[in-house]
Amino acid sequence: MTPLLIIFYLAIVTYLSYLGFKKTSGASDYLLAGRDIHPYIMALSYGATFISTSAIIGFGGAASIFGMSLLWLTALNIVIGIFIAFVFFGKRTRKMGYHLHAHTFPEFLAKRYKSSFIQKFAGFIIFLFMPLYSAVVLMGAAKFIEKQWSVEYGVSLFFFTLVIAVYVIIGGLKGVMYSDAFQGTIMFVGMLILLIVTYNILGGVTEAHQSLTDMSVGTLAAKGHMGWTSMPKFGSEFWWIVVSTIILGVGIGVLAQPQLIVRFMTVKSDRELNRAILVGALFIMVMTSVAYLVGSLSNVYFAKNIDKLEYCEINGTLKELCTSSTIITITDKNIEKVKQDFPNAEIGKKIDIHNGIDHKISYKGKIAIKSVGNSVASVIPLYIKNAMPKWFGIIFMLTLMAAAMSTLSSQFHAMGTSIGRDIYEQIFKGKKDTEQRSILISKFGIGFTIIISGLLAYSLPTLFSKGSTIIARGTAIFFGICSGSFLPAYIGALYFKSITKAGAIAGMIGGFISSAFWLILIHGKEAKVFGLAKIISGNDSLLGMPWSVVDPLIIGLPTSIILTIAVSKFTRKLDTNHIEKCFKNIS
Amino acid sequence: MLGLGDGWILAAFIIIIASTLLCVIYGILNWNKGSNESDAESKEWLKEEIDIEKSL
Repeated sequence: MTPLLIIFYLAIVTYLSYLGFKKTSGASDYLLAGRDIHPYIMALSYGATFISTSAIIGFGGAASIFGMSLLWLTALNIVIGIFIAFVFFGKRTRKMGYHLHAHTFPEFLAKRYKSSFIQKFAGFIIFLFMPLYSAVVLMGAAKFIEKQWSVEYGVSLFFFTLVIAVYVIIGGLKGVMYSDAFQGTIMFVGMLILLIVTYNILGGVTEAHQSLTDMSVGTLAAKGHMGWTSMPKFGSEFWWIVVSTIILGVGIGVLAQPQLIVRFMTVKSDRELNRAILVGALFIMVMTSVAYLVGSLSNVYFAKNIDKLEYCEINGTLKELCTSSTIITITDKNIEKVKQDFPNAEIGKKIDIHNGIDHKISYKGKIAIKSVGNSVASVIPLYIKNAMPKWFGIIFMLTLMAAAMSTLSSQFHAMGTSIGRDIYEQIFKGKKDTEQRSILISKFGIGFTIIISGLLAYSLPTLFSKGSTIIARGTAIFFGICSGSFLPAYIGALYFKSITKAGAIAGMIGGFISSAFWLILIHGKEAKVFGLAKIISGNDSLLGMPWSVVDPLIIGLPTSIILTIAVSKFTRKLDTNHIEKCFKNIS
Repeated sequence: MLGLGDGWILAAFIIIIASTLLCVIYGILNWNKGSNESDAESKEWLKEEIDIEKSL
């Protein structure tokens, strides 16, 4: 049944992609169709690109730890990610993009500031760091498949990456709005069902919240946890993570996302953007708030239903499932025999006697993260597997495939064009066959980044310690780097005629270097992985609390803003004709 | 209220609903605003974009 449903779903997606392509491949092209498209399709396409498995599995899992404080991210997603992005950024980007004949985000900045260095530099950042974001999107989907169908993570990741690669190659890369919108609809319905069933299981909205409010935070209190329906203690470790990394890092970072910015240029007029705000806000509200609410509420479910879960303890590590396990209940009849292999066996307990390997059933854990063996990415998948009906697992998998596919196709497109059009073409500008070769390099770039993203997704869980919010962190790292490197230059491009080429370059380089410095040497979780701070100071971070939990965005973005403004004060302005051309019809 | 433990979380709920409403109202009020333009410049841009997409 399941494989049939998945094949059926993939067939629809492929058919819609093909339809979008075929319908317009004669005189015009599918992009042209994209311009006359219904605002519902445009908004859902944008929303489906915006929201990925990272938001659902990664941030949903993070909500199981940090609680409903993550709802502030939903608020920012709507206010900044939809309203400000569409009204104040989208309209100007579209008009200016046309004036400048820009087709990628690095090209947009480069042409606005008349600097090919900016294009190469921005392309380099995208090509280098976006694989991290696409890796965590892949990881989110692969983790769900792993838990839902009890397959090895590596196997589920391999096959999911393969499906994505085929989709990206045959389905087209950009402007496949019909299939994006179809996927957006599936995501929307899937998440709504998840929320309704969750509240139903937990006895209604107020009762579910009250049960969560009444839960003890235990040892998490030491980190500033004040409960799952409260904000963390001001200034504590958890407060900094929630506010600086999750809420501000991702909430603001969305404005500087290259794969989203280019979408503004593909719409026909401001009217389409106005209309898309309506649908987009509803979509983002449901998608993100459901993930964060369900993630938080999963604690109540796991605490109340913990006995339903079975775990194996192998060499001291909790595992959710025993592969090829043979579980028996210990009775007075078999206890003597079982005791030969398991001296601590007790009547009434369950035990796994598979191959006589030293592992046993455990019922440890209360809150969600403890119940799933300290794997943040497993919270939502295991919640769905245990709390929801079987058929929903299939619907939800399609939801996740939809969320991953629509985001990944845009990401791979952005990475491919960054290496081909933004880097290679700019370096070898004017040389023979550069344009032809740039296309080849872009194609190669797409293939290469798919492989790199898959490999990263495979190795990330081994790089970070158990209990780390890897998916949310990976997303926040990329969003933070984009904010620090691009945001001041981008805002300057759209609104400030006095920002100079040197100012934009200084801000971009300064923002990037300060973000990277903070990430590699100061921010605890990542600095630990890089290990440089350990070599220098003997500690995981060069600085102690609270600096080691302050997100790189808090350092990188102000640095970039100050440099952009300060250097612009003392350097040569762009010529008036160029500025007038950029701002034509923009009031 | 609503079984929540903190006014900050309640505030988040309110802002989410209010901002969504703001977007919905903005969308309705501006449904036909922002002319349905398709000038020469945007057509030219589109032609270039199509060439890039086709080549990929």
